Parts: sequence; structure tokens; C-alpha cells
Amino acid sequence: MELYYQPDIERMSRTQMRDLQSKRLVSQVNHVYTNVPYYKKLMDDKGVKPSDIASIDDLHKLPFLTKEDLRQAYPYGLLAKPLDDCVRIQSTSGTTGTRVVAFYTQNDIELWEESCARALTAAGGTKSDVVQVAYGYGLFTGGPGLNGGSHKIGSLTLPMSSGNTERQIQFMCDLGTTIICCTPSYAEYLAETIEEMGMRDKIQLKAGIFGAEAWSQEMRLRLEANLGIKAFDIYGLTEISGPGVSFECSEQTGMHINEDHFIPELIDPETGEVLPMGEKGELVFTCVSKEAFPLLRYRTRDICILNQDECSCGRTLTKMSKILGRSDDMLIIKGVNVFPSQIETVLIGYGLSANYQLIVDRVNHSDTLEIKVELTPEMFSDTVRGIEGKEREIHNKIANILGITSKVTLVAPKSITRSEGKAVRVIDNRKI
Amino acid sequence: MTIEQLSVFIENKPGKLVEALELLSQAGIDLRALSLADTADFGILRIIVDQPSLALERLQAEGYLVRTNQVVPVSVGDKPGGLAAVLRILANNGIDVEYTYAFVAHASDMAYVILRVADNDVAVNVLKENGIALLTPAEMFG
Ligand SMILES: [Zn+2]
Repeated sequence: MELYYQPDIERMSRTQMRDLQSKRLVSQVNHVYTNVPYYKKLMDDKGVKPSDIASIDDLHKLPFLTKEDLRQAYPYGLLAKPLDDCVRIQSTSGTTGTRVVAFYTQNDIELWEESCARALTAAGGTKSDVVQVAYGYGLFTGGPGLNGGSHKIGSLTLPMSSGNTERQIQFMCDLGTTIICCTPSYAEYLAETIEEMGMRDKIQLKAGIFGAEAWSQEMRLRLEANLGIKAFDIYGLTEISGPGVSFECSEQTGMHINEDHFIPELIDPETGEVLPMGEKGELVFTCVSKEAFPLLRYRTRDICILNQDECSCGRTLTKMSKILGRSDDMLIIKGVNVFPSQIETVLIGYGLSANYQLIVDRVNHSDTLEIKVELTPEMFSDTVRGIEGKEREIHNKIANILGITSKVTLVAPKSITRSEGKAVRVIDNRKI
Repeated sequence: MTIEQLSVFIENKPGKLVEALELLSQAGIDLRALSLADTADFGILRIIVDQPSLALERLQAEGYLVRTNQVVPVSVGDKPGGLAAVLRILANNGIDVEYTYAFVAHASDMAYVILRVADNDVAVNVLKENGIALLTPAEMFG
């Protein structure tokens, strides 16, 4: 039986949702125009007045915000409430060079935690569950978001944070964790370590909520088999609130967006044109309920597909596909567009570890791609020919799919640095 | 008439080989034969030891990738051409040797080699039929 945290919202008719979004959008645009001089200027420059926005149909008239705007306006330039009304700051790790600092009022925290509660409930979470949150706590939104969501549904919450894997597993066994929340790469590490510790029959997990990192369907199936769980994707970003912007339901065919708070649009990253449902494009969010840091038409750089097809779970919320890539960190190697997830799919298809690293370099004005991937016991052969043969096979497969040659290197298990947060998938040494 | 060989994946970085060998010596494991096949990126250490299951356990506990195979230990006599004669017999019978390496056994001046072939039974029979002496574990480990 499908569980809902807020069924009236999650199963609202499309017409009612549009009305709700329109009403909130109009009031939000007024709030931002009045309180955020930075965005007022963007609107004035574009010749858009708050009165031009009468419904969600006018959303496309508003100017975009980008990470560059966040940098320009750092730290208070996009704040829409007095600091006195703010109760929390969260921040990003700044992996793309710019650090995002987001502000929350108490209401902002509530709606963020409610979003996470919807995600946990969709994963089967109830007050009888033990939820182990192994995302990092602190400035990173992962830990606090799921922690808050777990409190909302009344689950017993284990605020483990990331790291100390053996202790994670010990707690998991001793306290009967039923839902684990962490990054998918850490989940793989946990699964490996559980196996090594011989604890597989002592864990009682039923679900995992894995986000903050791209993962493939192959990885999902593996995690589900190795941990005996149903694995759910969750999406979010600090700029918009944190995890829980969208979440997966039992159908596992995409993530329902909490669009009563975060209105999604999909645009052509080149032209900024809004694309129709079903097309692939860059995801843009407009926060219509947040008070302190309500970004309007924020370009996420995440590439995905939106749809409003009927979902077997009964939710009517728009669904987004997995992130298919980034409109900015997509690699261009020898002129070819390469998404690391494409390579990951090949590697996992060969039964290799999802622990890999792409090293891009430029030698004699020509791009080189080295793919380092950890060898598994099944793939290890006692002959050089056996190992080099595997490397060649993978090389050929990738050449077939991507149209570029690479150097495939099989390396020892656990030799690729794996931070217990985000894995470093790409090292680009090119000086361009 | 085969013995167990352990193959260990070794990263081609300074100190990696000695780390693996020290691990074995600390466990009191006696090394009887060894070969290292290496490339620019990795090496495969192949060893014959007196306590293969203990060696396997220790290496795996330390995170090494280890694989076990049965290999054929053969006496190649004390005269020149001994190894060539053995390989000729196998070649004439259509048996490919994946790799081979030599070692010296206890209290003997005979030379021995380890043969890694696809089908041990076939190879052992052919060698026996041709009067080639195979090493017993007792001879191997004294
Ligand atoms: Zn659904």
C-alpha cells in the first residue's frame, strides 16, 4: 500500500496544482521584487514588472538566475528576509569553484523537512522505522534534511553522519536500522564492508534513499540485491533547499517534484527557451513558498526529462528523470560529448566496481582519456593476457558507444580514493 | 599430480611487492616457488607455498585480490634441454602452456618447473606417458 505524507498535495489534481502554483508565484514575485534589489534590477533590465506575472503561464517572462549570480550577490545579495528572521545557514562544498550560502527562516526549514518527509514516506517510512542518516551533517544539506524529514514522520532517527563505516554497520545491526540514507557510492562501500564483515544476515534494512550523486540503474539493482532493499533516488540542491526537491516513489521510474514549493521548468541550455514535457533539457526551479532565499528561475545545470504521465503510486506531482548529465560539467573529449554516467554503465555492465575515475589530459594537442577502474575478484585472472584482454574489451565497448579511444586501467580494489561523501569521478588535467 | 598456486594482483608501485611477501613471511608461510609477471601498470605475483589456505586467508584479509589455480610441477632433469623436451611433448600433443617458471626443490640438484596449462589432467597424462617425472607435494615441501 502506497503511503503519503501529505496526500492532499501529493495527489492534488493538475488544475488545483496550477492554481496553487499561480497564486504562490504571484505573491512570491512581489515579495522578491520588493525585498531583493539584485533581482529587481534583473527584472527591470528585462522590462518585467511584478504586475506582468498573473499566473504560472507568465513564469517564462522572468529572468534566470545562475550560479554566477549567486557569486555576484554573495553573501546577502539574494536574501529576501531580514537576517533577524533567519534561523539557519546551509552551504555547498563548492565543488564547482563557487560556494553557495543559503538562508532559511523557520518556515523554510519546515517546508524543506516536509519535503524530505514526503520522500521518506514514499520509501515506506513510518513512525515504526529506524532511519539511519549517513549523509554528512553540518553545512551540507544531506544530513540535516533527511534528519528533519525523519523527525517529521516520527521515525527513530540515527544521526550517524558519514564515515566510520564499521560503526555504521554495528549500529545498523544492533539497533535494527530499516531505512538507510546516504550517497549511492557510500551505500556501495557499506554493502562491500557488510559482506566483508560477514554481517549480511544481521541487517534488517528494507529501503535506502540515495542521492547527492549520479547513479545508474545497474547500480540500483546491485544495491538492492546486496543490501536486500528497495533503493530510492532523491534529488535536491542547496540553492533550492536541499534534498527532497524531488523523490522517488514505489514505481521507481523518476522523481516526483515537490512542485507546490519548487516549480520546475525545462529549458534549452543554449537558448533559454522553455521546452515541452518529454524533451531533454536543463532543469530550472522557481521557489514559490520559501521566504529567506527564494530563487526564481534558477538554472540548475542538471539535464533531465520531465513528464506528467499518470504514476501508479497515485501522486500527480510532475516527475523528473534521473540526472542525465550536466549542462556544464559534461566532458568534451576530442570534440565528443561524454557523460561519465555513460562510461559507468559500461563498467558496471562488465561486472566492475562503480568505483572508477576518469582522467582527462591533453598530450600533443590531443585529448586523452584514461579510465581507472577497480578490479573485482571475478574479473581477476592469473594471466597478464587475461587482464589486458578485459581492458581491451572495455576499451572497445567504450569506443563503440562514445566514439573515442581511451586507456583502460584495471587497478587494485580500494585503490581509488573514495571520500565518504562525493566520489571524485573526473580529473581534468587539460590546460585549455 | 597438481599443486595449488596462488596468484596475487600487485599494483606496480614501489613497495607493493615487498608488502605482500612480508605479509606471508610474518605468517610463517614458506615460499617454494615464485614468479612475477608484470606490465607498466600492474603485476601478477604467482607463488607456491607450504600453507596455501593460510596464505589465501591472510592475503584476502589484507584486501589483496587472490586467485588459486592448480598447476603442474615437473622435474626437467639435470641435463641441458630438459625443459625443451617437456615443452616439445606438450606442443606435439596440442597442449598450450600459458606460462612456466622454474624453481629448485629441497635437497636435490634437479631443476623443476611449474606449468600452467588449461587442462591439467590431459597434460599430466601426456607427461606421464612420456616418462616425465612429476613432483609430489611431499617432494615439493620436503
Ligand atoms: Zn509515483
